[in-house]
Amino acid sequence: MTTLPPPSAKKLGLVIDLDTCVGCHACVISCKGWNTENYGVPLSDQNAYAGAASGTFLNRVHSYEVQPPILKDQPAAPAQLIHFPKSCLHCDDAPCVTVCPTGASYKRVEDGIVLVNEKDCIGCGLCAWACPYGARELDAKEGVMKKCTLCVDRIYNENLPEEDRQPACVRSCPAGARHFGDLGDETSDVSILVAERGGFDLMPEQGTKPTNKYLPPRPKDVEPEYDILAPYLEPIAEDGKGFVSWLDKALSALPGGAK
Amino acid sequence: MHPAPSVIIFTTFSGFGFGLLFWLGIGMPAPTGWVALVFFAIAYIMSVGGLLASTFHLGHPERAFKAFSQWRSSWLSREGICAVATLLIMAIYGAGLVFFGAQWTVLGWLGALGALLTVFTTSMIYAQLKTVPRWKHWTTPALFLILSIAGGALFSGNIKTAIPLLIIAAALQAFAWFHGDGRFNASGTTMESATGLGHIGKVRAFEPPHTGTNYLMREFIHVVGRKHATQLRIVALVLGFVLPVILLLLGAKHVLGLLAVVSHIAGILALRWLFFAQAEHVVGLYYGKR
Ligand code: SF4
Ligand code: SF4
Ligand code: SF4
Repeated sequence: MTTLPPPSAKKLGLVIDLDTCVGCHACVISCKGWNTENYGVPLSDQNAYAGAASGTFLNRVHSYEVQPPILKDQPAAPAQLIHFPKSCLHCDDAPCVTVCPTGASYKRVEDGIVLVNEKDCIGCGLCAWACPYGARELDAKEGVMKKCTLCVDRIYNENLPEEDRQPACVRSCPAGARHFGDLGDETSDVSILVAERGGFDLMPEQGTKPTNKYLPPRPKDVEPEYDILAPYLEPIAEDGKGFVSWLDKALSALPGGAK
Repeated sequence: MHPAPSVIIFTTFSGFGFGLLFWLGIGMPAPTGWVALVFFAIAYIMSVGGLLASTFHLGHPERAFKAFSQWRSSWLSREGICAVATLLIMAIYGAGLVFFGAQWTVLGWLGALGALLTVFTTSMIYAQLKTVPRWKHWTTPALFLILSIAGGALFSGNIKTAIPLLIIAAALQAFAWFHGDGRFNASGTTMESATGLGHIGKVRAFEPPHTGTNYLMREFIHVVGRKHATQLRIVALVLGFVLPVILLLLGAKHVLGLLAVVSHIAGILALRWLFFAQAEHVVGLYYGKR
């Protein structure tokens, strides 16, 4: 059913901290690892070892350079490098779901996760056209649409130890830049984090109402102009006296000595 | 967007085919016997051929029948239903003309309406996409419809109607190009809104997520073809409209008429190619491209 269900009370999703992400791509690899072996068809690669490599990924990390504006009578602030992981945002108003002609794309009523039923997918690609975020990729080998499942086969999986019942990307992030939880519940850890850090939506003007939120990089410290060592580093008197001065002159007087 | 040959052929020829079915449906002309058979054969080869071409870009064409199920929300599903229904209705209407020499008018008008609906639903597949600002505009369905009706008029030999329709279509196409050029910038989606980093400063793509390419870049970022857009627009206008109108005014019979048709087809193929190649998807912004 590709008509959207009424917004669910429970909205499972991710909160990604752009301040903390170091761009290590561990989340990319663990995502590919888990999802190629579990939910649905594998995530194929083409020419993986022979140049022009290409493959299906559900999570990708971009890197951006942001140049703060140069203000008058202030030194130019240095550019910032920001790593930017991106996967399906499990939008509340998901355009990818409503365009699907087969009913393969759907949004779960119980927790808002957006999934593809691969057995119904004809691989028309229209859902990828409708997603503004590039969160869906048509697998070149299997001909069906792949996307982030929020590791639906981990988070409810009672065969896994408690601490592993979260998306593979969150579990593997060494920087603690990824948080998983219920963004529909105002008292959840993730909701509090979003409120405290000013979490934001990507492309809000597209009207997709994403569940996933991004936390902005914290402002950089501005170094004040002071130097505690300066007074001690005043130049020493040029016309010195005593042994060092005598040695200086004696050495300079030797043939080839520095003046 | 990647200008895939399958989709260009599909939209062009199914547009012509359903346009011709529209004119046949309203009884302009209403031939019988062999002549009717030839007209209907041409219409079906173009419309069915176009639809088949569109299945070539599916990952799983064998499941295509599932696409009829989601008419409540999906324009692609609606298109499939309209197309099949129209083809069935017009087959019965055509059989009446060919085998019984009978014109079942009500059925014909129903089929004509179905043909228009099919072209409209096709256009809405593109016009619904907020992610492609150039397409999300009333000119998209308007153009698909007028191009289909004008092309149909040409194919069905309604010369007197074809000439003004071609002139209107050309004017609308020129307006759509002109207005469409500014719509990406007017959409308000930028690298700053895509990344949410605009409050810090100007955003520049520093490093892509991968060393090679990927599905998204192949499908949505098509820069090469846009280089010659202006020249191609002129070629499309001349071949698609100017030349056919001149040829039709010179006398629509035989060789000139055929030349007008061939020239029109080439022109429409060129402008459909531009329709895809010039359409920019907002996802390109994540790659610092358009
Ligand atoms: S991010 Fe894209 S694929 Fe995911 S729900 Fe939103 S529109 Fe759909
Ligand atoms: S590619 Fe599959 S999931 Fe996407 S719109 Fe087509 S049928 Fe639906
Ligand atoms: S694993 Fe964590 S730190 Fe590494 S790229 Fe992913 S989000 Fe960033």
